[in-house]
Amino acid sequence: MAQVTLRKIVKMYDDTEAVRGIDLDIADKEFVVLVGPSGCGKSTTLRMIAGLEEISGGEIAVDGEIVNDVPPKDRDMAMVFQNYALYPHMSVYQNMSFGLRLKKYPKEEIDKRVQEAARILDIKDLLERKPRQLSGGQRQRVAMGRAIVRNPKVFLFDEPLSNLDAKLRVQMRTEIKRVHQKVRTTTVYVTHDQVEAMTLADRVVVMNKGKIEQIGAPNFLYHSPATRFVAGFIGSPAMNFLPCKLEQAGDGLNVRLSDTIAFAVPAERVQRYRPHVGQDLTFGIRPEHVTEAQPNGSKNLAMFDAGIEVVEPMGNETMVFFSINGTEVCGRTDPNAGAKVGATAKMAAHLDHMHLIDNASGRVL
Amino acid sequence: MTAAEATIDHGAPTRARYGSMSRDRRWALRWSYFFLVLFAIFFLTPPLYMFITSLKTSHEISAATNPWWVFHPTLSNYIELLTSSTYITFFRNSAIVSIFVVCITMLISVPAAFALARMRFWGSAMLATGVFLTYLVPDSLLFIPLFKMFAVFNEWTGIQLINKWWVLLIVYPTLTVPFATWIMIGYFASIPKELDEAALMDGANYRQILMKIFIPVALPGLIAATIFAFTVSWAQFLYPLAFLTSPDQLVLPVGIITTLIKGDVYNWGQIMTGALLGAAPPLIIYAFLMDYYIAGLTAGATKG
Amino acid sequence: MVDAVISDVRELSAPRRKSGMRRMLQRKSTIAFFMALPLLLLISLLVLYPAFYAVHLATLNKSMQRFVGLSNFTFLFKRETFWMVVRQSCLFALSAVFFKALIGFIVAHFVHNIPAKGQRKWRGMLLIPWVIPPAMSTLAWLWLFDPSYSAFNWILALFGFGPVAWTGDAYWARFSVILINVWYGAPFFLIMYLAALKSVPEQLYEAAAIDGASWWQRIWYVTLPMMRNIIAITVLFSTIVTFANFDIVQVLTAGGPIDKTHVFATWAFRLGIQGGDIPLGASVSLFMFPILAFCAIFILRDIHRRGNEAS
Repeated sequence: MAQVTLRKIVKMYDDTEAVRGIDLDIADKEFVVLVGPSGCGKSTTLRMIAGLEEISGGEIAVDGEIVNDVPPKDRDMAMVFQNYALYPHMSVYQNMSFGLRLKKYPKEEIDKRVQEAARILDIKDLLERKPRQLSGGQRQRVAMGRAIVRNPKVFLFDEPLSNLDAKLRVQMRTEIKRVHQKVRTTTVYVTHDQVEAMTLADRVVVMNKGKIEQIGAPNFLYHSPATRFVAGFIGSPAMNFLPCKLEQAGDGLNVRLSDTIAFAVPAERVQRYRPHVGQDLTFGIRPEHVTEAQPNGSKNLAMFDAGIEVVEPMGNETMVFFSINGTEVCGRTDPNAGAKVGATAKMAAHLDHMHLIDNASGRVL
Repeated sequence: MTAAEATIDHGAPTRARYGSMSRDRRWALRWSYFFLVLFAIFFLTPPLYMFITSLKTSHEISAATNPWWVFHPTLSNYIELLTSSTYITFFRNSAIVSIFVVCITMLISVPAAFALARMRFWGSAMLATGVFLTYLVPDSLLFIPLFKMFAVFNEWTGIQLINKWWVLLIVYPTLTVPFATWIMIGYFASIPKELDEAALMDGANYRQILMKIFIPVALPGLIAATIFAFTVSWAQFLYPLAFLTSPDQLVLPVGIITTLIKGDVYNWGQIMTGALLGAAPPLIIYAFLMDYYIAGLTAGATKG
Repeated sequence: MVDAVISDVRELSAPRRKSGMRRMLQRKSTIAFFMALPLLLLISLLVLYPAFYAVHLATLNKSMQRFVGLSNFTFLFKRETFWMVVRQSCLFALSAVFFKALIGFIVAHFVHNIPAKGQRKWRGMLLIPWVIPPAMSTLAWLWLFDPSYSAFNWILALFGFGPVAWTGDAYWARFSVILINVWYGAPFFLIMYLAALKSVPEQLYEAAAIDGASWWQRIWYVTLPMMRNIIAITVLFSTIVTFANFDIVQVLTAGGPIDKTHVFATWAFRLGIQGGDIPLGASVSLFMFPILAFCAIFILRDIHRRGNEAS
């Protein structure tokens, strides 16, 4: 059980900075997910925590003790790799017990721990098998079992689910969450899949280009993204972004999306947005907040007409696509509303959930 | 009605074409087998003829009968050779040399390959290329300078290397180690990096990673390299011919040629028996470990 | 609180940190160096040193007491036999490699053509010449070519031909050594090409067939380009090995009749070891070096290119 602290972590490869100053405090028993597009430095950060990658600058501490020059085997961390990295010549039992055998644990202790981990992961029947006889999901469980038996201070997961098919991925995601709730070990988990990040994490760390964009609880990130990058990265289908202009309209403000469409900014936000009047900004709104117009909508509902171009029925909802001033917008309608290609539909934007983004800094206002 | 006709019209030629395609295929198959049999005859004639001759008495060999048939099969050639102390000496020398060379080769090349494939050090990339170049240097370029070097070594130290069977333990590794190292580098490099990282996280040091992970995982490569080292040592002809002369120090290939051929008198029955027995160990290994043998053969050129 | 602890530790460990990391890395590369040391010694003492020593030897007189510069070479250039050896070496290597490559290519296709379950058996059978020590198998050929009891001549006589002086006549002897070399080396090409053929994706052939390519066009436009790399490297390898060949010529003809089948290796052996003129033998063997270096450069280039593509 441990807390992990990262202070101004930098990783240089020759002349390029892969990680550019990461500060992160991970509390004991916390499940932290590093998420971001490929090349954002999340895996490098994880590997530096593990000790597999030399740290170019900054410090990593476990329980207050700096571990920069501690070799991986003395850091007491366990790692689950993307391709599982099971030893192909060892049985599942041998794979799981390898670390303990190297540390010369007594046989009974090893057996007790392996059996316990196998029970947690429900792989008791597989202990004598070789990795090549296992399915992807089973290999994944064994890789986790290998981490659990060590009873380490920290679990590290490096994109552990990306080699699984979609259905299995969802199943294993739940499994990982369940295991974490049982063993309560500090966990750092790296993924490029924002759904994984949202569903697993106590806190999500969104990274981009070697830096942290935002840290926060999944729901907080979803509803209050700090930057355009976070707003666009979290959530599926992705948030709509439209170029807009902020205009004065009497006492209030108007967001002008095109010559014909302009929304009145909700009164409680007018104060916040007033300094930006006249600027070119980006208007962001999630598809679920662009719906078909309802007769008794709330007050911050802006109605407009849209020529439907594409309809994607999903069963529980129907996604519709139309364009405003040349930019494609995705909206979500009730499957019974009967959206038709070519028809003009009355749509409503829920402005309580709108975001305005400063084009220059990329920050959400 | 028209629709039905159309279907038939389209259907008929398609079926006909499919039929002709499979007929083509059948003919291609027949021709393939025909030529394969021809080539197999070409490739297998010498060893078969060795076997045929080995079963003949010298009387039958010099008779004007069909040389491709054995009229009075006998095992006397085998019995004579296997009870002849010189032949047994050759065989034993060959076996000892080959087994030792295999051990020396693996002891040198496996750690070196691991160091070159996984642990960088100053000049390691250059050394890996150098290993490969060394493998391309043939024995026929080195035997003269080596011969002279051993003579000079004798003058300096008084240790005579020429005409001692164990001099082969010094020179054979120059032929086996570079290739064995090269294919082991290939096999080690193909082991995913995550595997050693997982072992590192599990608390293994480099020796443990090599012994407990790399060697077991690259076992097919290890076997291929072992087979290679053995067959090269067993078949090597130039070095023993140049460095050894006394019959009690000789190894098989040279021994058969220098002792069974007495002047112009060729005792072909015995020569063929000796050659066949001499070819037996590599052939037996090949028969049992063919897949490793072929993997090693192709790995030499395709990995890298 | 946590911050305080961290800053404390930082102060303490800062001076140690850098040296600790460096020491660890240094130790790792030291271990690696020692693991590779036997290899390094072997290569430098028993391959590199003799190679340079050969150059030195080539500049000495017969009793190896006097430096004579290039006079060994000028002596060789004046000898008819030397130029014959050069011609024979080139003829031997080039024609043998060509026919090995050709036969290997053809047979590989036949093996590839037959149903997969029979391929292993055929492949195993056809590789046998490569497995038998060449000195041993050449003895079998020598016996098949025997002047008085040749089993080949016996068959030819059935058809009213022959007898052929397989090893007695200069031209036939040259043909014979090349034949044996092709017999011995073609299986190697077969195996390499078969492996290459297996790596050509089946879809490419299907796509070509749908595009209406004949089998000849399929070989020309699909198979050959896909195998180009492996063909090149196999040919280069084989050129080196064939050029340096000793066993087959030595056992079959020992260079005869009257030096007509000598190649560099056997002639160097004759002069250097049997004739006792080590410098002259060394000079002859050095003539193999340019062609070896030439092939080696191309092989290295290919390997480097593939290495770059892989990364």
